[in-house]
Amino acid sequence: MATVASKLYSDDVSLLVLLLDTNPLFWSNTSTTFSQFLSHVLAFLNAVLGLNQLNQVVVIATGYCSCDYIYDSSLTLSGNSESGRTGMPALFASLLEKLEHFIVKDEELIKEQEHDERIASSLLSGSLSMALCYIQRVFRSGHLHPQPRILCLQGSPDGPEQYVAVMNSIFSAQRLMVPIDSCYIGTQNSAFLQQASYITGGVHHAPKQLDGLFQFLTTIFATDLHTRSFVQLPKPVGVDFRASCFCHKKTIDMGYVCSVCLSIFCEHHKKCSTCGSVFGQSKLDGASTVSEKKRKAPDS
Amino acid sequence: MASWKVKHKSSGTPGTLNMGKPHIFEFETYQDMHACRDVINKAFAYCESLKSNSVLQTWSYASRFSEKISNELQILHKELVQSKVQKMNFWSRRKELLGKYSIGKWKQRVGLMASSIKPSTDGRTNRVTFNLTPEIIFQIFNERPAVSQAFLNYVPSKMTEKDFWTKYFRAEYHYSTKNTAVAEAEAAEDEVLSVFLKPDEILAQEARPKIRRVDPSLDMVADQGDDYSHTMDLVEPQNDQFGRRSLSQDINRHSATVLEDRCIDVESDDSRTIAEALTLAKQDVESDDSRTIAEALTLAKQVSKATKDAYQERLEKLSRAIVMEDLKEPQNFSFVPLSTKDPRDYFESQQGIVLNEPRVTWDSKRNVHDAYRSLKEPVVQIRTKGLSAPFINPEVSFKVLSELTQTISDANTLNGKNQPESVLDRLPKSMKHDILHHWALIQELLRHFWSSYPITSTYLSTKVGRLNDAMLNIDSQLEAMKEPVRSDIRHEVSSPVCSMQKVSFFRYIDKEFYVMNQIVDGS
Repeated sequence: MATVASKLYSDDVSLLVLLLDTNPLFWSNTSTTFSQFLSHVLAFLNAVLGLNQLNQVVVIATGYCSCDYIYDSSLTLSGNSESGRTGMPALFASLLEKLEHFIVKDEELIKEQEHDERIASSLLSGSLSMALCYIQRVFRSGHLHPQPRILCLQGSPDGPEQYVAVMNSIFSAQRLMVPIDSCYIGTQNSAFLQQASYITGGVHHAPKQLDGLFQFLTTIFATDLHTRSFVQLPKPVGVDFRASCFCHKKTIDMGYVCSVCLSIFCEHHKKCSTCGSVFGQSKLDGASTVSEKKRKAPDS
Repeated sequence: MASWKVKHKSSGTPGTLNMGKPHIFEFETYQDMHACRDVINKAFAYCESLKSNSVLQTWSYASRFSEKISNELQILHKELVQSKVQKMNFWSRRKELLGKYSIGKWKQRVGLMASSIKPSTDGRTNRVTFNLTPEIIFQIFNERPAVSQAFLNYVPSKMTEKDFWTKYFRAEYHYSTKNTAVAEAEAAEDEVLSVFLKPDEILAQEARPKIRRVDPSLDMVADQGDDYSHTMDLVEPQNDQFGRRSLSQDINRHSATVLEDRCIDVESDDSRTIAEALTLAKQDVESDDSRTIAEALTLAKQVSKATKDAYQERLEKLSRAIVMEDLKEPQNFSFVPLSTKDPRDYFESQQGIVLNEPRVTWDSKRNVHDAYRSLKEPVVQIRTKGLSAPFINPEVSFKVLSELTQTISDANTLNGKNQPESVLDRLPKSMKHDILHHWALIQELLRHFWSSYPITSTYLSTKVGRLNDAMLNIDSQLEAMKEPVRSDIRHEVSSPVCSMQKVSFFRYIDKEFYVMNQIVDGS
C-alpha cells in the first residue's frame, strides 16, 4: 500500500497555494477588469489540477481588511461534480460562492474600521501566514504529501506597515523550503514580492500584457518544483531590497539599525522600540568638532 | 630529455622507440612505430652528419617527419612557407613555441659575474691560478669599462696581454682576500694596478647624469638619516681612493649589464677586438639614450625638418615618462556627488515599467462602496453565466510566449553563462571551418610578426612588410566572408580583423621609430 502511495506521490505532485488579490481599490483603478482576471485564474487553476491527478490547489483571498480560504481542492474533490446550468465545474462554483461571501464580509469590516490614511495595500502578510499555516499542516500530516509552493497574484502596492510581518513570513517560508512565486500585475513594483521570491527561490514576474495573463501563468507558474531544475524561467534583473522603518512604517533606503535586534529606524532614537536596548549618544554630531580641534591644534 | 609524443587516431598498445637517452618517441600502436622508424633513423643519421652545424637543420628535417603527423601544422606550413614566411623562420618559431620539447642547447646560459671569478689553487704551493676564457674577458670588459679602456691603452704598447691580466687578477685577488693595505702599497708603485683598484671612473661618469635626472624629492641620503638606519650595518666609507666595491655594487653592475643585453657579433678570441667592439657598442647606446637634452636638441637642429618634429615628440615623451605622478600634489578633480533621488526609479527602469502613477487612496465612503460593488458584480456574473468562451486570444498567447522566450534568451546572453551556442555555432559549418583556419593563420603570422621586432635590418623590415601584406590579405578575405552573414553577428565574425588592425597600427609606430633611429645613427 505504501509503495503504491509513494509511487503516486512522485516528485512532480504539487500543492499550489494561490493568494488572490481582491483589493477593491486596485481593481477599480486598473485597466483589466476583475472578471477577465478571474476567468484567466480559474482556467489556470483548472490546468494545474489537470496536470496531475494528485495536484492540490488552495486559494486564499487577500482583501483590504481580511483574508480567508476560499477554495481547497482536497475538500471539494469528494463532492459530486455537478455542472449545473452554467456549465461550470463544481469546484469553481464553490470558489465563486465563497469569494462573493468574502467580499461582502470584507466590505463590512471596512465600514467598522476607522478610516485612516492607509496606503491601499492588501493584507499580504495575513494571507502569506495562512498559506504557511496550511502548508505546515500538510507537512505534519505525514511524510507522503505533495510539494507545496505559494503563488502570490498581487496587484496592490506594498503596505510598508506590514513589512515586519511579511518579512517574517518570507523567512518562515525559506525555513520550510517553500518557494514563494509572485506574479505582480500592478503598475508599481512590489519590493515585498521581489524579496519574497528572491529569498525563497521562487519565480518573480511582472507581466506587462494582462490580456495574456493565462499564458504567463501556465508558462511560468504552472511548472512544478521538479520541472524547475531543467526548465529555464525568467530571472529578475534586480531585486528591490529596501526595507520599511519600524517607527513610521516608511520605505527607506538609508536609516538606523539597532545593533541588538536589527530593527530599522528612519531617525535616531534613544531606545529601541523593539528590544528596549538603550542607544548611546550618536558620535556624528561630535565628530566634526573633534576634527576641527585636531586640525586647529598645530596652528596655535 | 626531449621526448616527443606522437599520437595517431588509431588506438592500441603503445609502442616506444628509444633512440638513445635524449630522444624517446612514443607511439600509440606498433604499426605506427614501424612506419615511422625509418624516418626517424634517417633524421638521426642526417643529424649526426651535420653535428657541427646548427641544430636548426636537424629540426627542419625532423619537422618534415612531424608534418606527416600534424595535419593542421601541414596546412599552416603550406599556406605560409610558400609565400609569406621563409621555411627556416617557420620552424625556428615553432621550435621556440614547443619549448621543452626542443633539442638541448636551448637552455639558459649560466650567468657570469666579473667579480665572482674564483681562482683555483693546487694546494701545495702558494700559486693561485685564474682560468680565463673569451666569455670571461667579455664579461669583465662589459662590467668594468675602465678595465676595457686600460686594456686598449696599455696592451700592445706598454705590456703584453698576459701581463695585463696578471696585474688585473692580482688586484682582484687582493680585493677578494680583503688585503687592502698590500693593494694600496702595490698601487702606489704601479700605475696600471691603481686603475684596477680605483672605483670605475667611466661608470661613475655614466651614473652622474642618471642621478641628476632623479626627482630631487627622492633623497636617499635624507632617508639614511631616518630612525631605522641605525639598524643597518655600518657602511664602509666609500670616499677613500681604493675603497672596496661592495657586493651590492657588484651585483648592481652585473644586473645592469644583463639588462643592457649587450652582445657583440664578433666571435673572436682576440681580447682587443672584444674590447673595441664593446666600446663601439657603448657609444651607440650612449648616442641613443644618455645624451643630455641640450645635446639632443642641437642634434635635432642638424637633421632635416621632417624628422625634427618626430624627435621632439620623442623627447617630450621621455621627459613625460620621468615625471612621477605620485610625487606631484593631488590634482583637484571636479566631482559630481552621486545622487540617487529615488531608488525606485532605478528598479523600475530595469524592469521596463515606467509607469509612475500617483498612489491612490480612499477618497470617500462612496468610492469604497463602488469599488466593492465592481468587485462583486463580475463574481456574480461568472457564477450565473459562466466563463465567456474564448477568454484568451491565440495571437496574444503566441505573442506572450515569444516575448518570454526572447526575455529568457536575452537574460542568458547578458549573464554570459549557460550560453546555448557561440557565434561560431550559428554560422554555417564551412564558414566556421574557414574562420578557424584564418584565425590559426593570423596567429602564426602574428608570431612571426612580433618575433622580428625590433627591426634592426632591412631583411627584417621587408619581412615585416610581407607579413603585414599577408594579414591584410586575410582581412579582405574575411570581409568578403562577412557579406552573407546576418547583420547582428557580422561584427563578431570580424573580431580577429580588429586585432590585426591593432597590429598594423603598432607596426606603423614602430616603423616610424625605426626610420628615426636610422637618421639618428647616421648623423
